[in-house]
Amino acid sequence: MIFGYHLLSVVIWLPIIFGLLVLATGNDRNAHLARVIALVGAILSFLVTIPLYTGFDRMTSAMQFVVREDWIVRFNIHYHLGIDGISVLFVLLNSFFTPLVVIAGWKVIEKRVAQYMAAFLIMSGLVNGVFASLDAMLFYVFWEAMLIPMFIIIGVWGGPNRVYAALKFFLYTLMGSLLMLVALLYLYQQSGGSFAILDFHRMPMPSLNAQILVFIAFFMAFSVKVPMFPVHTWLPDAHVEAPTGGSVVLAAIMLKVGAYGFIRFSMPIAPDASHYLAPVMIALSLIAVVYIGLVALTQADMKKLVAYSSISHMGFVTLGFFIFNAYGMEGALLQMISHGFVAGALFLCIGVLYDRVHSRQIVDYGGVANKMPVFAAFFMLFAMANSGLPGTSGFVGEFMVIMGAVKANFWYAFAAASTLIFGAAYTLWMYKRVIFGAVANDHVAHLHDIGTREIIVFSLLAISVLGMGLYPLPFADIMHASVNDLLVHLATPKVLN
Amino acid sequence: MNLLASLSPIYAEFFLLVMVSVILIADLFIVNQAKTMTYLLVQASLLGCSLITVFTHQAGIAHLFNHMFVDDMMSDVLKLLTYLSVSMMLVYSRSYLLARGLFTGEFMALALFATLGMMVMISASNFLSLYLGLELLALSLYAMVALQRDSATATEAAMKYFILGAMASGFLLYGMSMVYGATGSLDINRISQVIQHGAPNQTLLVFGLVFIVSGLAFKLGAVPFHMWVPDVYHGAPTAMTMFIGTAPKLAAFAFVMRILVESMQPLMIHWSGMLMILAVMSMAVGNITAIAQTNLKRMFAYSTIAHMGFLLVGVMSGTIEGYGSAMFYAVVYVLMSLGGFGMIMLMSREGFEADNINDFKGLNQRSPWLAFMMLLLMFSMAGVPPTVGFYAKFSVLNAALQAGHIQLVIMAVLFSLIGAFYYLRIVKLIYFDAPESHEKIYIQPDSSLLISINGLAVLALGILPGTLMSICAVSVQQSLLH
Repeated sequence: MIFGYHLLSVVIWLPIIFGLLVLATGNDRNAHLARVIALVGAILSFLVTIPLYTGFDRMTSAMQFVVREDWIVRFNIHYHLGIDGISVLFVLLNSFFTPLVVIAGWKVIEKRVAQYMAAFLIMSGLVNGVFASLDAMLFYVFWEAMLIPMFIIIGVWGGPNRVYAALKFFLYTLMGSLLMLVALLYLYQQSGGSFAILDFHRMPMPSLNAQILVFIAFFMAFSVKVPMFPVHTWLPDAHVEAPTGGSVVLAAIMLKVGAYGFIRFSMPIAPDASHYLAPVMIALSLIAVVYIGLVALTQADMKKLVAYSSISHMGFVTLGFFIFNAYGMEGALLQMISHGFVAGALFLCIGVLYDRVHSRQIVDYGGVANKMPVFAAFFMLFAMANSGLPGTSGFVGEFMVIMGAVKANFWYAFAAASTLIFGAAYTLWMYKRVIFGAVANDHVAHLHDIGTREIIVFSLLAISVLGMGLYPLPFADIMHASVNDLLVHLATPKVLN
Repeated sequence: MNLLASLSPIYAEFFLLVMVSVILIADLFIVNQAKTMTYLLVQASLLGCSLITVFTHQAGIAHLFNHMFVDDMMSDVLKLLTYLSVSMMLVYSRSYLLARGLFTGEFMALALFATLGMMVMISASNFLSLYLGLELLALSLYAMVALQRDSATATEAAMKYFILGAMASGFLLYGMSMVYGATGSLDINRISQVIQHGAPNQTLLVFGLVFIVSGLAFKLGAVPFHMWVPDVYHGAPTAMTMFIGTAPKLAAFAFVMRILVESMQPLMIHWSGMLMILAVMSMAVGNITAIAQTNLKRMFAYSTIAHMGFLLVGVMSGTIEGYGSAMFYAVVYVLMSLGGFGMIMLMSREGFEADNINDFKGLNQRSPWLAFMMLLLMFSMAGVPPTVGFYAKFSVLNAALQAGHIQLVIMAVLFSLIGAFYYLRIVKLIYFDAPESHEKIYIQPDSSLLISINGLAVLALGILPGTLMSICAVSVQQSLLH
């Protein structure tokens, strides 16, 4: 181990330091330098996360690579980091995406390059911090801080309606976060003055009402991020207006943060409330799966379509969590990883088209395959993965969640399985209209196929999607111990009666 | 010799008084338009005061002049921060005032007199000395606002400030006289003892309390006694607005502590409820009205009202934890608002006030560094981590929750969500919009350095807030240990 004790600190701070370095290159005269530093930083940041995987002990559900230092002594807040079998995957996923986003924005971003690259690097570090925090306040600080770069990314490099989208994104998430803060303060007082997340897990909460209130406060924060059904409306707006890189990070990483919050905070802290409110959560998840799936079908804008598809797929994730069995939980986690790859890839595909034609409307395309065969092949793979074709990563998670749902209640499974039809319908229909057919117009006629830079990005994603689809064991294997432990914890009531 | 040594807690005040008198006279002989010499003398006096305060610091509580004057850790910490704040204010406003011909000896003398007033307020241990300090501060401020004689808005602001300020002082005096009638003393500790152990006339006492709280609310600018704040902030030259909006808040905090906590702690059940109403209304009116403002100074005025509401949440919790958090909040607020007003003055030039929010459009394209500093300040005011503004809100909310005011906490949180909007709008203007003018921003090196330190301090204290928090908590604790 190169960094020993401080490996996780390096994972968090290295991208941030590189981000600041990139910022220091100044204005656009040094744009190339900024890009190079950003790429080096992003790749290094990914490389330092590899020991987290290779050095991970799969046998235990305990936190690993733990760092614990005093931070704010007065409030007993610690700089406390550590990862278990669940969070390790997300740290890796996030760090894997950083170089891809940097490469994807290589040519496209022309104004304020340094700030763009820096924002992504800093955000990457902050997101790693969210996944690795074991102290609730540290978590909260990272959680809120990551809003700032995202706000800037959407607002500066986004589309025409970017200001509205950026403000909506920020205020929606801030509302949830502030209520979570109140819940954290409450837990701090109930636990006798500790902000350690693991203490929150262990502390008794004998009153069901208190648990429900805490659960609701966390729900406000996490459901907005996931996003779940009634509070999902910011996502299509944010996606449509964000630049490609922003959309990729939003879909691949940001949404996972919300779902992660459920398994790190809501469920273990308030297990009885989770069981009590599970029917509501399942209902909201199924509405997301079915209704949002139908909404996706009617979209004319490709980004909006994928955004709605993301909400629908994330419905699967929350469904998997709240049926409380191993299939559901592991399926949901796999679905999160897979959705990261697939949605990220789809947004990159749309970005490729947008960079060339400057339109995201499906009607502006048609017959792209004639001009961009390589691109069409990649796009095909990702579209198939999005509709859950066996052999791609999209299948594994969905299948496991449906299996878990069958065990819980046949009708849950029935409703959830409808996504296999809707998902295929909206994805493939879009694909058909955009890619196949005769060349639709002059814009399409002048398209040129993707270059090496884009091929590298897509290949990496294609390998991940296929690899995870054909051999999901390395992903599933690492989370077993933690998931089992979580399920046992959830099955032990905190309410005494 | 013995007498002189026993006066050591008040050396700083003596020193400043002597220095102001010297500066007043010396200034007559300084013909230089830029008044560099006077300026340096003023800064040197403030530095001297800080050194004296540091070196005469002693553990425990010292009383002087028949309990008129008290020296404890809280007073020393607050005084040091006051010097710092006044000195920063002078650095920021120097070129701004020079360009407007207001950088005169009178201005600096008034600033120092106001500082002296604040010091007396902070160290007062008797209603009389409290009032003396307050009036010295207030009279200097009225004159400072009116210093720009040919500006109609400034004169109007001064008039409003004076009339409403005088009324508030009247309230305060009336309340104090009632408390005197009920307890038979003006000494803060004595009053506290009488309320606790004697049998004062409760009706009279509570009536007095109501008037005192109203007077305090006037001075703090809490709703419904806030009407003067936007007009004065808007009308006064920005440098004066900055002065009013920064250091006096520290003194006002000390004032609240001395009068409500140290002397009338046993009446907490009464004042805590009043403060709660003031706090909720301030947060509501401040945050909601700020959204409609297009003038940055006016927006800051409403934001100040909201911040004072938050500060009162800390005080009304009625615990040591709560007072400590309120002090921390006051300190953080002063730091942020120095930066905020500093930015307005940096952006202004001769004959041009950058106090419209549109003047900040596209700042990122004109000066990325200034834009970044403003970003930090705005997120800090909104209370978003990792800036220090978050910890200010965090500690206040924690204290209120500990005292069992969960509804109040939820309200505070929702109002700060509303507040986040108008701070975000500034960030939006800076980063997302195109600039209206491409004129180069010319900044003096000293204020440019200071704004960088100020902005980075907001970030650095946000990453490591522990020390400042502990200092505030400990000093409040020390001063309440009788």
